[in-house]
Amino acid sequence: MLKQVIDRAIAEHFQTDEKELYDLNLGPSHPATHGILENRVKLDGERIVKCEAHIGYCHRSFEKLSEHYSYNQVITITDRMNYVSSMANNIGWTLAAEKLLGIEVPKLVQYVRVIMLELNRIIDHLIRTGILGVDAGAYTGFLYFMEQRERAYKIIERMTGARLTTTFGRVGGLDKPLYPEFKEDILEWLKPLPKVIKEFHTLLTRNRIFIERTRDVSPMTEARALEYGFTGPNLRATGCNYDLRKHEPYSSYEDFDFKVILGTTGDVYDRYMVCMDEMVESIKIIEQAVNNLPDGPYHADVPEIFLPEKKDVYSNMEAMIYHFKIIMHGINPPVGEVYQAVESPNGELGFYAVSDGGPNPYRLHFRSPCLYYYQAIEEMLEGGLIADAIMTMSSINVIAGELER
Amino acid sequence: MNEIGAFIIEKSAVGVFVFIVLLTIVAYATLGERKIAGFFQDRHGPNRAGPWGLLQVVADGVKFFMKEEFNPDRANKVLFIIAPTFTFMAAGFLMAVIPFGDRMIIGGREVLLQLADINIGILYILAIGSLGVYGIITGGWASNNKYSLMGGLRSSSQMISYEIAMGLAIVALILDHGSFSLRDIVLNQTGPIWNWSVFTHPIGFLIFLVATFAEASRVPFDLPEAENEIVAGYHTEYSAMKFGLFMFGEYVHMTLASGLIATLYFGGWSIPFVATPAEPGIFWGLLTFGVFWAKTLFFMFVFMWVRWTLPRFRYDQLMNLGWKRLIPLGLLNIFVMALILLWTGGAGMD
Repeated sequence: MLKQVIDRAIAEHFQTDEKELYDLNLGPSHPATHGILENRVKLDGERIVKCEAHIGYCHRSFEKLSEHYSYNQVITITDRMNYVSSMANNIGWTLAAEKLLGIEVPKLVQYVRVIMLELNRIIDHLIRTGILGVDAGAYTGFLYFMEQRERAYKIIERMTGARLTTTFGRVGGLDKPLYPEFKEDILEWLKPLPKVIKEFHTLLTRNRIFIERTRDVSPMTEARALEYGFTGPNLRATGCNYDLRKHEPYSSYEDFDFKVILGTTGDVYDRYMVCMDEMVESIKIIEQAVNNLPDGPYHADVPEIFLPEKKDVYSNMEAMIYHFKIIMHGINPPVGEVYQAVESPNGELGFYAVSDGGPNPYRLHFRSPCLYYYQAIEEMLEGGLIADAIMTMSSINVIAGELER
Repeated sequence: MNEIGAFIIEKSAVGVFVFIVLLTIVAYATLGERKIAGFFQDRHGPNRAGPWGLLQVVADGVKFFMKEEFNPDRANKVLFIIAPTFTFMAAGFLMAVIPFGDRMIIGGREVLLQLADINIGILYILAIGSLGVYGIITGGWASNNKYSLMGGLRSSSQMISYEIAMGLAIVALILDHGSFSLRDIVLNQTGPIWNWSVFTHPIGFLIFLVATFAEASRVPFDLPEAENEIVAGYHTEYSAMKFGLFMFGEYVHMTLASGLIATLYFGGWSIPFVATPAEPGIFWGLLTFGVFWAKTLFFMFVFMWVRWTLPRFRYDQLMNLGWKRLIPLGLLNIFVMALILLWTGGAGMD
């Protein structure tokens, strides 16, 4: 009898003594979410007990919109996906369209694409590692990296006329010949980079506070990461050797000698280190590509697909006809479907296109790596502190524009 | 009556003089911080208002007054307005006991460049220093904002934890100097440079330095206002001059904390190897005043240097450092210092 009373009292006590959790909306507009991402978290003190991730604040229905665009116009849409490294998106889409059309582009074009992909990988990783420092509270290193990024933008601006929305390349080649000092500009840009990366290492990598903030924060096992569909640096940080540049080489990546950087535990520190070391590898690739840059035409010899030069249009009968055909009827690939993925700085960026033989794609799907990372965010944040949540979100480098397309 | 009148005139003159100098230095510390940040980050810093951006301070002040006074709906209005003033005052009160300079003789009257040489100066500093947290936690609570509340809570737990470590470092210092009066501590450090407490209390100095950073909530201990985590912490909802007071109060705190480091561990206004002249005139007074500020400015530079170099701690790491490292180290420091004094029969043994 007495035991029952005591038991009931204990049960009631524990029921009423349940901790009251604190609701907090981390986002959609929060200084550290870097984009409009929302995490509804339940807090016990500073510890995140439960997290609910919400997306959809930045959805612009790119895939549907693209169904009304011609194959070359879609390039402008891919600009707006991952705006931190927009050239990787442009190149990915042009490769997909070329695969659909069955075009083989000249070696020069392939090498220039490799150079620009790696340049974009470097500038993406510069901002990614720099921002991780900012989120940890160390602002200075970020500006050292931003300066290098700014110098890269000078080259990008010179090549394409724009900084972020580059619309680089066309289906079948580059949009225009390379400017004469291209090689020198790239080599000059590369020159101070190793020193700056080393400086950043001394500032942050071996800093005790930074290591303690990042080590064992939101670790990820290889198996779990594969289940979520991780790719890119976030997967390689777990130790999984998966790099499209090695395993499904495109655009002459097989010509270059580079290492795939791997981590072990998949925590924030490993993701950071993978990115830092990948920059060094990218520098090597660019050096090889620039030094072996072949001569040749800047586009494939496909007059029915690639627009002729303007001066030919006014003087050459055939060029004028092709110009008229491409402008009025567009590029009409054969009926079929294609999937082409590139190792974008953020991971496997895939383009799936279905053609019905018309000038516009029938159906499109963009596989954006961020979407797969962001699925794991709930699991990664739960059990950590708020400060860990910020570091985790920053380290997986989710770009809202790419996540939601 | 004449004596009292002269006393009032003397203290008000010193007070106004010190206050004006302090406010000027604090105002220019905000500019200095941005210039130094620019120096570290390969950029210019403010350089538009006046030559080298010297009028930036004025521009900032004008801007703070011109901005809209925004009070959040359902905030506790009274506490919301009191909080920043409280923080500012608590920081400013520290000024009262800091010895800014030596005594000097003006017109046959001995004038001390210190507002009040009370015999419990250090206790006063510990007491007033702890008051600052009330302004922050009140502001965080009164804003009726979740991020503000978290900032306030972080701040209160941080300040309370590090005050203990700071107190322990000071206890060892008091054992050595045998006085709570800041002037006595400075006088004990005159003479050769190795008389400075930093050479006799290296561990105590490190503990005090770290605790001071935490007390002034500067990087790496700026958790109460970590902009990447909790937006702007306790002053998320503050705008216009109310925010200005918070910011200004923080700089006053930093300036006086630097002054305190200089006073307690680096000989305050004293000049190594130079003794006070028999008839210290106004020149001597101003010289010691300048020496005090030179040392203080150096520590302010250290504060800024650290801010633009280090990342910040996480909440649990901060607590671990305070409770598991600094406090045991502080206790050990007292123990060792007491043993040494027992052996040598130091000042505290009289």
